[in-house]
Amino acid sequence: MQLTQRAKPVDRSPMTFLESLYLWNIIKGMGITLKHMFLKKATIQYPEEKRPFSPVFRGLHVLNRDAEGRENCTACGLCAVACPAEAITMEAAERLPGEEKLYREEKYAAKYEINMLRCIFCGLCEEACPKDAIYLSQTFAPANYARKGFIYGKQELLIPHPIEQPEAYHQALGDRQPSTKNANPPIA
Amino acid sequence: MVIAAVTLWFILEKVFLIASIIGLSFFIAMYTTLAERKIAGWMQDRHGPNRAGPFGILQPLADGGKLFFKEEITPVSSNRFLFLLGPALAMIVALVTSTVIPWGAPVLTAAGSISLQVADVDMGILIVFSVVSVGVYGIMIGGWASNNKFSLLAAIRGASQMVSYELPMSLALIAVLFMTGSLKMSEIVSYQMANGWNIVYQPLGFLIFFICALAECNRTPFDLPEAENELNFGYHQEYSSMKLGFYLFAEYINMFVSSAVMATLFLGGYDIPFVNEANWGLEPWLYSLISFSVMMAKVSFLLFVFIWIRWTIPRFRYDQLMNLGWRKLIPLALFNMVLSAAILLWLKS
Repeated sequence: MQLTQRAKPVDRSPMTFLESLYLWNIIKGMGITLKHMFLKKATIQYPEEKRPFSPVFRGLHVLNRDAEGRENCTACGLCAVACPAEAITMEAAERLPGEEKLYREEKYAAKYEINMLRCIFCGLCEEACPKDAIYLSQTFAPANYARKGFIYGKQELLIPHPIEQPEAYHQALGDRQPSTKNANPPIA
Repeated sequence: MVIAAVTLWFILEKVFLIASIIGLSFFIAMYTTLAERKIAGWMQDRHGPNRAGPFGILQPLADGGKLFFKEEITPVSSNRFLFLLGPALAMIVALVTSTVIPWGAPVLTAAGSISLQVADVDMGILIVFSVVSVGVYGIMIGGWASNNKFSLLAAIRGASQMVSYELPMSLALIAVLFMTGSLKMSEIVSYQMANGWNIVYQPLGFLIFFICALAECNRTPFDLPEAENELNFGYHQEYSSMKLGFYLFAEYINMFVSSAVMATLFLGGYDIPFVNEANWGLEPWLYSLISFSVMMAKVSFLLFVFIWIRWTIPRFRYDQLMNLGWRKLIPLALFNMVLSAAILLWLKS
């Protein structure tokens, strides 16, 4: 049964002498390559030019701070549970008196590591987080010489302090709004 | 003593000319590799190498430097002497071919005319052919001495390909010689300056000659001796470092020289088209310079066509190669030869 009208029977008649010299078809092919010499190049010359990312691009993770520079993360572990690649590990610690300016709630992540070689950049950690403490930015992990270098700790993941380093903070924030979700009343 | 002085001057002149032609061959071959990569890039919608220097013009130096610093490996099972002889022979043969090509109009000085041709011998074009035939030994010896099955297979392919394609090449050449009546390269050029380019009278001959030149230079679509994907780079598979560089370089020098031969035989050599340059009354050295540039322009165009074809046409299968050579090109070349002879006789009577 014929489904479409697009099928064409293959011409299997033997080649004539002129055809068997391949000349005309070679000239046609050379016309195509010559045309391509003058077409626009597809290359993006990387260090100078960069490919624009789409707004939903999921890149490297960022551990968020609130507007006063306190870490949002409470080490609840929901991101680690949500992670299908099991790339996230963390250790919780209790906030001591006097650390209220550092951590927003009574519990915080003393250690927070993401293995970027395991991570599949699915963004489920961002969806799981109830504190807006982790999100995926629009940069990707740079190359490294050792596997060790791909295990990112708090040092690499934390967003710069919004008050101490406002420029770097806004650069890391990108198009996002500063974190206000679940904000506690400021400390008196 | 006068004779001795003239001889010394003659030797100096020729040594200088030979050195500059070898230098020129190396220079052109270097930049043909860059042109190859650039044009390949453009035809595939890429930029080609553009990082080493502006527009990548230092790329050949980087490539050559890399080859020098590579580890030099001689396989244990290879024949040392022949293993060295292969690339050396390929390079020498590639360079020797350029001796009989007239690169420009002779420079007339007070001391006499200095020919821009190393040797204007009576059997000029025959020397090119005989030397090119020796070129196959570079491939054969290299492939055989490597003691590697792929290399040997490639060497055998190369030898049979060269033998098969030299026949139609010479047959196409004979039709040209019917017209020019001389084997001397300078006379072939002066004939074309007086009577128009040979390509106008011998379009079929030029086509056959060009196809055979592609095959003789082992260029795509006839690059069976070094087919990367079926023979693992073929005859130079076991070679590394500058010995490999010699093979690759010799290939580009071969391209350059065969372009020069084709320009001389069919495209009027150093003749400037559509004008009678003798009437310009130019300074002799200036005229020589212009004619040399015209020759180089023709050679560059032919080199471009070589590269253009390489990045357009896929490789022939071995049976297709033999079929094309023996059953298509040789009958066509014979037909062309007989036709030319008949027309020439008819015109004379």
